[in-house]
Amino acid sequence: MIAFENVGKTYPDGTTAVEDFSLEIASHEAVVLVGTSGSGKTTLLRMINRMVDPSRGRVAIDGEDVAGLDPVRLRRSIGYVMQASGLLPHRSVLDNVTTVPVLRGTSRREARSRALELLETVGLDPALARRYPSQLSGGQQQRVGVARALAADPNILLMDEPFGAVDPIVRADLQQEMLRIQKELHKTIVFVTHDIDEAFLLGDRVVLLRPGGVVAQQGTPQEILAAPADDFVRSFVGADRGTRTLHVEEIEGRRIVVDADGRAAGVLEPPAGGAARA
Amino acid sequence: MTWVLENLDLLGSRLLAHVLQAIPPILLAFVLSLPIAKLIAVRGWLRTSLTAGAGLLYAIPSLPLFIVLPLFLGTSIRSPLNIVVALTIYGLALMVPSASEALRAVSGDTLRAATAQGYAPLQRFWQVELPLAGPALVAGLRVLAVSTVSLVTVGGVLGVPSLGMLFIDGFQRGILEEILSGIVLTVALALLLDLLIVLGARVALPWARTPRRKGARA
Amino acid sequence: MTQLLEALAWIADPTRWSGPGSIPVRLLEHLWYTLLGVGIAALVAIPVGLLVGHTRRGRGPVVALSGAARALPTLGLVTLFGLWLGIGLTAPVLAFVILAIPSLLAGAYSACEAVDPRTVDAARAQGMTEWQILTRVEVPLGLPLLIGGVRLAAVQVVATVMLASYIGNGGLGRFIFLGLNLSDYPQMLGGSILVVALALVIDLALRLVERLTAPRGAART
Repeated sequence: MIAFENVGKTYPDGTTAVEDFSLEIASHEAVVLVGTSGSGKTTLLRMINRMVDPSRGRVAIDGEDVAGLDPVRLRRSIGYVMQASGLLPHRSVLDNVTTVPVLRGTSRREARSRALELLETVGLDPALARRYPSQLSGGQQQRVGVARALAADPNILLMDEPFGAVDPIVRADLQQEMLRIQKELHKTIVFVTHDIDEAFLLGDRVVLLRPGGVVAQQGTPQEILAAPADDFVRSFVGADRGTRTLHVEEIEGRRIVVDADGRAAGVLEPPAGGAARA
Repeated sequence: MTWVLENLDLLGSRLLAHVLQAIPPILLAFVLSLPIAKLIAVRGWLRTSLTAGAGLLYAIPSLPLFIVLPLFLGTSIRSPLNIVVALTIYGLALMVPSASEALRAVSGDTLRAATAQGYAPLQRFWQVELPLAGPALVAGLRVLAVSTVSLVTVGGVLGVPSLGMLFIDGFQRGILEEILSGIVLTVALALLLDLLIVLGARVALPWARTPRRKGARA
Repeated sequence: MTQLLEALAWIADPTRWSGPGSIPVRLLEHLWYTLLGVGIAALVAIPVGLLVGHTRRGRGPVVALSGAARALPTLGLVTLFGLWLGIGLTAPVLAFVILAIPSLLAGAYSACEAVDPRTVDAARAQGMTEWQILTRVEVPLGLPLLIGGVRLAAVQVVATVMLASYIGNGGLGRFIFLGLNLSDYPQMLGGSILVVALALVIDLALRLVERLTAPRGAART
């Protein structure tokens, strides 16, 4: 379990990134922090592995204040995926994935065979293992980034807009892959994004942040959509534009889902295994 | 200090000779580097080979160049003209790669936009490309000026009058003050020229003032 | 052109290739002084430069120092130390070290600085220690720039060693100053050709090292 207890961050130049933030994240839960730039979401994420130390309050993992832990050892025990993949350009894909296990003292051979498995887990052809990061596409690089984060089999996975820099089709692909991996591995995931659709797709729970790390609303995607707390949330999730209000129209015997502007959003399928009930 | 006060005339004349040998190569190298850089900036192979050549040329120590050049110029080895030509060559070796980098760094989009607005090629060069490359060109010019002022002193060992003669004369006659005043004047002259260039650039390129540093975080 | 031929004949003269004060002896002296100057300067400047580059602190003073050092006339430094410290190796080597430091410092800090900060950030987030970030990420990725600094320093010191012959030290500059005193142009020219050749060989050799140390996989910009 990860607990933020009244944390705040003020930088030496006087800017306050986070005012007063509290949150508990249960083990095996995927929580998405979503907000615009300046919402302090990345700052909060980086407090978990001590890339940022809070100015006030504390962050605890399983009850233990991270401030008392050695940052290097802490970071090696937590997976981290960032937007620009951050792979080491002078090392092959395989060496990038084995970095942390080798730093932790795993034998190179063992780390390599595990890395090859991981490449398959994240949907990469193991033949790419010998390539350098610059020889991969953006989507492939992000997959390597995920594999690297998983390499030391951490309990916690931090993801900082990991799919922000790839095109929409690849992003959708990576998101599905992420859902599949999570179903398999049940990590505790803290995911940061500014994309509300991504947040609703990937989060068991979504935390909507205003500037300064102020929680506007938190809950399951369903809860937030069903009852937006205020206008800020309404506008963020797009409820005010009507893009979230859908209704069903019957056209030529099929049930079409239509949004508030009258644009067709999809076809309503009957529930599996039975005829549609009205 | 007494030596300095007693020899102000000597210091003055050495300084003047030094300035006269330093300014022409700085101006020549800077002005000549622009068309050369423009010419090679868009021609990949020419730029790579010329830049490599310039790098090698810059590795050659100055004294041998001072000694070899009279073979081609027909000047005397002690002629200031010899020094001026040699330092212009060095200046070009320094300035051409730096200027071609400066021109290449100007955004192609901006230039295409200028063309689209109807700038003629030469107009575009003078009114858009050159000013935009300005800050980088100024950075190159500053290095050029400072290193040229320092290199002029080497002519002193050949007997060409300049602040460098103060080192030679001071060493032979054992006058520490003479060497020290030579060093101080050389450094002061270099820094003065540097300052003038910075001030000049501020007037000529008012939009390019040292940008305010962004916050620590993006 | 006859003078050039005379200079080449001067170099080719077999009597100049053996005995004390011969070309090989002067060449070795020249190399030894260069190595001494660059080596001592590197021991000081490279750690400091890497520290500045890694921590991104103290960059201002380092840049200012490198800029100011460019204005220092090498001949002035050599004669000043020569007069001050007298005959011997201390004076010239001190000058070589002072003149080599700025290039080495600049090479070392730009080696760190040229590495994408996001790569460094990611390495830190993976749990690399600061030392591991420096030795496994910044130095390997910035090595060509570091070597580039060594190259500039070496070329600078080769030229300064030549000038130091003026105050009585060995090295290839001896031939130039001897020729100057005797108005023996072929000897001056011969000495000059030797110094130029040495400078070019060192420059090219270190350029080759730069090429060879360029990290594979890292896209060069």
